[in-house]
Amino acid sequence: MSSAGPQPTSRLYGMMAELQNAEDLLRAVRAARAAGFVQIEAYTPHPVEEISHELGHKSHLPAIVLVGGALGALTGFALQYYASVVAYPIRVAGKPAASWPAFVVVAFELTILFAALAAVFGMFVLNGLPQPYHPVFNVPIFELASRNRFFLLLRSKDPHFDPVTTRRFLQEQTSLQVADVPF
Amino acid sequence: MAAMSGQGGRGQEIPILAPGHDAATITDKISAIVLTRPTSRGWYLGTAIGLLLVALLLTSVTWLFLRGLGIWGINNQVAWGFAIINFVWWIGIGHAGTLISAILLLLKQHWRTSINRFAEAMTLFAVVCAGIFPVIHLGRPWLAYWLFPYPNPMGLWPQFRSPLVWDVFAVTTYATVSLLFWYVGLVPDLATLRDRSIGKIRRAVYALLSLGWRGSTDHWDRYETAYLLLAGLATPLVISVHSVIAFDFAVSILPGWHTTIFPPYFVAGAVFSGFAMVLTLAIPIRSIYALEDFITLRHIDNMAKVMLATGLIVAYGYLIETFMAWFGSNQFEEFLIRNRMTGPYAPAYWSLILCNVGVTQLLWFPSVRRNVRLLFAIALVVNIGMWLERFVIVVISLHRDFLPSSWKMYSPTFWDWATYLGTIGLFVTLLFLFIRFLPVISIFEMRALARPARQADAASTRELET
Repeated sequence: MSSAGPQPTSRLYGMMAELQNAEDLLRAVRAARAAGFVQIEAYTPHPVEEISHELGHKSHLPAIVLVGGALGALTGFALQYYASVVAYPIRVAGKPAASWPAFVVVAFELTILFAALAAVFGMFVLNGLPQPYHPVFNVPIFELASRNRFFLLLRSKDPHFDPVTTRRFLQEQTSLQVADVPF
Repeated sequence: MAAMSGQGGRGQEIPILAPGHDAATITDKISAIVLTRPTSRGWYLGTAIGLLLVALLLTSVTWLFLRGLGIWGINNQVAWGFAIINFVWWIGIGHAGTLISAILLLLKQHWRTSINRFAEAMTLFAVVCAGIFPVIHLGRPWLAYWLFPYPNPMGLWPQFRSPLVWDVFAVTTYATVSLLFWYVGLVPDLATLRDRSIGKIRRAVYALLSLGWRGSTDHWDRYETAYLLLAGLATPLVISVHSVIAFDFAVSILPGWHTTIFPPYFVAGAVFSGFAMVLTLAIPIRSIYALEDFITLRHIDNMAKVMLATGLIVAYGYLIETFMAWFGSNQFEEFLIRNRMTGPYAPAYWSLILCNVGVTQLLWFPSVRRNVRLLFAIALVVNIGMWLERFVIVVISLHRDFLPSSWKMYSPTFWDWATYLGTIGLFVTLLFLFIRFLPVISIFEMRALARPARQADAASTRELET
């Protein structure tokens, strides 16, 4: 972006190293952090807790789900109160119109429904999905990320990024391929 | 669960994943079923039979809409009949899928991994079949939307004190959450299929469905949180659904329905029949698609144990019903039990006892639990037994209630059977399509299971269990 950066850098999303297993990736992530990189992305074929810990993500998802659930409960009670007390009161066996214990079941179901919708759509939105295009898919070997290979990606927007030294650094981390990730 | 088995030393325990597999072999083997394996003649045959029965379903429903409910065997006394029997039966079958995917996940039962995907699919398809029945039973099914609360010019609202309205909310929530749970579980595997498929159209379809999933740690982190939360939400939900269905009966005052044991006994019965259906499906699938490495005898054995345990709870329910009829000294309850055991529908009652209580006891023997052919037969018997249970509950209670002057017999018509068979066809068709186009086993969870560190971890939990 700035004129100081070398020309090819602006055309690169980053640079990617292919690794054999989760342990190698964890080691490489730690090395990259030690070397001063901050824009680090890791790709794995299955969840790896240690790497998530190392990269230190903080998720707002539980809070979103809690809000969803609370909203569901409120909606459930409000809906039934409105229908049974305000809009269409029916007296049954002298019971009060606002017979809340009878409303628990529907309120409960709506709590679960809203919370589940919040969990799923919250996860998709926070993950930026659906996302039909992403630069990593330009790299042919990346297909193995959904099979058995692990990938470390260093972003070009990282102040520490330099096409030559970063490539050398990644080559030190792996015996497999290192690839440019074009936009 | 293995603690109950008392079988031999820990060294002999069958693994949950056959040795020699790693992430690559698992990915290739499971995705090959969808991507490279030629479609077999058996698949075409099975789908054709399924579709034929779907045609029967459509015919029956069309005829029903033209002629009205009179084409069924229901009458003023036995107003519920096949539609409600089948509704409860199908919903119950679905419950095992949620139990496997949610409750066993929370309990960290790693063996669930290779069976959860198709058990969830089974749940979804069973709920689809179940949902048809109450709607076509409405009499005026084109007004089904009246069940939902919405502002309308008539100024009418649903009666929220009625369990039948609770049912609408419970079942629609259950269907929605089951679909979400299943789809969220599929997304990373759809990405795997996208990366493996060769055809352009196929690749585009899987790419679209996988939403651009790329497996970054950010993604996985939120994904796992969401999945765990969904499991936590689905667990109370699944228990509530069959409890609410039990309320449909228990909140009435009819002898045989008006009991407090109904909700827990319905939930146990649901899980019982659901596991029977999972076994009915798992046993042929694993042998046809050579998945014995992933669905090992340990899975089969564990599922048989769950079936035995829930079967015993159901047997306890039958016992308590009988005991309470005597202990409660209510003449109508007493008469109901006598009518069940010796009345005109006694053969249905005794067949149900034979299927659900008698045959199930064979599962005490480890040799039976590991004999897949015998187990398949037992699972089928339990499926029939649980259908009979709903028949006994619905028909026997209704056909002779308080006033002998209003007693009436019920017998299903051709259209009752045709509709029922039709939904079985729908279930089979959906299942065959699922097996052909989506991974039957969760690939990414199996990859995680095959991780060397994780295998050691799984082995240690296995030791804890035994």
